[in-house]
Amino acid sequence: METPNLNYVNSLARDDDSFKDLLIDVIKNEFPVEQKEYFESCKNNDYKKIEENVHKIKHKISILGLEESYKIADEYEHNLRLKSNDKAYDFNLILATISNYLKTI
Amino acid sequence: MNCIIIDDEKTARLIIKSLCSQTENLQVSGVFSSAIEAIKYLNENEVDLIFLDFHMPDFNGLDFIKTIKKPIKIILTTSDPKFAIEAFEYDFIVDYLLKPIELPRFQKAIKKLRSQLKPAIHASNTAEIKNDFYVNIDRRLIKIDLHSIYLIEANGDYINIRTEDNNYIVHSTLKKIEEKLPGSLFLKIHRSYIINVKKIIDIEDNSVLIKKDIVPVSRSKKSELMQRLDLL
Repeated sequence: METPNLNYVNSLARDDDSFKDLLIDVIKNEFPVEQKEYFESCKNNDYKKIEENVHKIKHKISILGLEESYKIADEYEHNLRLKSNDKAYDFNLILATISNYLKTI
Repeated sequence: MNCIIIDDEKTARLIIKSLCSQTENLQVSGVFSSAIEAIKYLNENEVDLIFLDFHMPDFNGLDFIKTIKKPIKIILTTSDPKFAIEAFEYDFIVDYLLKPIELPRFQKAIKKLRSQLKPAIHASNTAEIKNDFYVNIDRRLIKIDLHSIYLIEANGDYINIRTEDNNYIVHSTLKKIEEKLPGSLFLKIHRSYIINVKKIIDIEDNSVLIKKDIVPVSRSKKSELMQRLDLL
């Protein structure tokens, strides 16, 4: 599993540390909510909703530089449109990786 | 140029706002988490550009595009280009940006927008310019020389047309008279004022001195006004 990084955040913030901190704070606050919504949608087997949740989380995956994970999330989103949850396990691993990483920054 | 941002994701809104702040002559006048909120804002405010997230729950970007009546330029933001293709049938879609958006790509889209706007300005400059029009005052049709007008002010159900020699109070709206005026000479700088750009004496902060009148310039119109001036 690849490791998340802040390369994109750093390039966007340039030398503005206050913006960098603000952006990280927003991600740290928003991600758990999105993750919770995703698991609730999974519990309800609501494919449309799960697809929406995955789509939204995809942005955080790309912001954190997880290129391979992004491809998995993209594939999972496509499967969900076909009412298949293939790649759900891999996607859940990505979520766990991000959750752990966000605790360290 | 002023813009608004519509995205249901706070992280995305913050990123786009930052990209705007790193781009010359691009001010963010509103940030919205839903398209419905933005529609209310657009009904009351003038906007040059919208950054629109295409994939939003309930009321998505395409629903939004179908509802807006004003020809405002739109740059789509999306994590999936497949969704954006459908929207490209609309003329006012300038570009789409794949998330996460990088600054050089963002600025390329703005450059593309500006290059689209320039020919429009040029066309309005070279179009045949009328010299006068008639207004109805107390059942008399009075001819007003367009070049003599320096200021038009909205005043309830009336407009006040100020010329070099006279002051005409006409039962009309700024919107109606704006349609009659050549864009090369006149500019609406505030929801209550249209000015003849050639008659400006000076500009200070958010006001313009034109003849002896000091006229406010709305924040959203300041950059457009500055672009119209022949600066040294």
